[in-house]
Amino acid sequence: MLITQLKSKDTILSLTDGKKVFIINCFGCREVYFPLEEAAELQNEMNESGRVTGILTTDYICNPENLELQLARRQSEIDAADVVLVFSCGVGVQTVAARLEEKTVCACCDTCRLPGFQGVTPLEYDCGQCGECYLNLTGGICPITACSKSLVNGQCGGAKNGKCEVDPNMECGWERIYRRLEKIGRLDAMKCPVQIRNFATDKEV
Amino acid sequence: MKITEKFEQGEFVVTAEVGPPKGCHIENLLEEAKTYLSDITAVNVTDNQSSVMRLGSLATCKALKDEGLTPIFQITCRDRNRIALQSDLLSAAMFGIENLLLLTGDHTKLGDHPQAKPVFDLDSVSLIHTVKQLEAGVDLGGNALVGEPPKFAKGAVVSPCSDSVDAQLAKMERKVRAGADYFQTQAVYEPEKFIRFMEKASQFGKPVQLGIVIPKSAGMAKYMNDNVAGIHVPQEMLDELRADKEKTKAGITGVEIAARIIKECRPYCQGVHIMALGWESKIPALLQQAGLR
Repeated sequence: MLITQLKSKDTILSLTDGKKVFIINCFGCREVYFPLEEAAELQNEMNESGRVTGILTTDYICNPENLELQLARRQSEIDAADVVLVFSCGVGVQTVAARLEEKTVCACCDTCRLPGFQGVTPLEYDCGQCGECYLNLTGGICPITACSKSLVNGQCGGAKNGKCEVDPNMECGWERIYRRLEKIGRLDAMKCPVQIRNFATDKEV
Repeated sequence: MKITEKFEQGEFVVTAEVGPPKGCHIENLLEEAKTYLSDITAVNVTDNQSSVMRLGSLATCKALKDEGLTPIFQITCRDRNRIALQSDLLSAAMFGIENLLLLTGDHTKLGDHPQAKPVFDLDSVSLIHTVKQLEAGVDLGGNALVGEPPKFAKGAVVSPCSDSVDAQLAKMERKVRAGADYFQTQAVYEPEKFIRFMEKASQFGKPVQLGIVIPKSAGMAKYMNDNVAGIHVPQEMLDELRADKEKTKAGITGVEIAARIIKECRPYCQGVHIMALGWESKIPALLQQAGLR
């Protein structure tokens, strides 16, 4: 089981910063707590400002086939947006980011672990449920699970031909992040302040 | 003495690295360092290099300092969390060790204890930031240090011949912004790539020391090409190492190649860092051939 909690309002508004947004809500697995009311309130507020091109509320966006169907129906609204805001667990955000390669896809929630039953997190994307989602700084690719050292300030010097020093079959996560940021014109994210992980997060939940 | 003072004086700074032994006897290392490295600016001491467990870097630094050499304390994030890292930094300051090289570190899986837990609580960038905090008299938890805070020359690494040099430059910029004072590079065998890298890296205004590994044999060069990140030994050099096996075995070919690389890159950088990997005895000849002595 896992919990998604809303990032602070300031953080979310700073992601959109006057841009046009398309919003995706995932109300998938029932094991997952989702901050329904707070999210709706915030989204209404954004909607009033006329910057929202569309809101898609669905379930199991972590299933790429399902996601594909859902997004195809809303393509024109997505095309009209500068930023796609995703209210879901970390797996959902990564699945959307991989599907919408050319778009800036942002996470509006932090995903925390709750001991016991694990949430339904299938397929190729992994969420470490670390409680401080980094996906907004990394182009929607998780540095905690895609980097063998879980580095949060850029790659180490260990990758050879784009492959990780630990496993030659694994692509360097930060190499992927850098290329994605380059593609979506967000290399400025590499200039963010020094990131230091907070391992106390689990306990606070 | 801080290595940064030498850069400021415009000196072409020469450093070399030594690796502590797997054991608690250091006489040989000290003897070699005194014999071959006493006239260079500073000596790096590796920190459980390649994730292979050895005698500690901090203890070896202290021993070198007692012999009158200037050590550079290499410190990685692989084996210690932020509490232990800060504690070791304060210990270094207490011993009067003023030079640091701050690294993320190789993964534990590459070494001789692959079952060990990799720590990486911090990484190279956040470790530089941490040192900067300590220098301001505050630890990473926001607590004040007692007494005069430590002051260090904060070194970092960069890989100029990496296959994704743009990403390396972005990481270098992060290190500069976090507070890095100088850089040492991964071993360079392609001077043209290094020069192109320096054209971009010079914008950061931080001194860069060219990294040199003296090639010991064609086999070693080929091994590095296949396994070591950011290193490519060109075919001509492989041929040169293969041409006269006796000459290569005696170290003459390797020293010639390394001296040539230093001469070619010298106008573009602020120093050289030699990783001799057991061939410390060749360093005086290398410096002479490179025109640095």
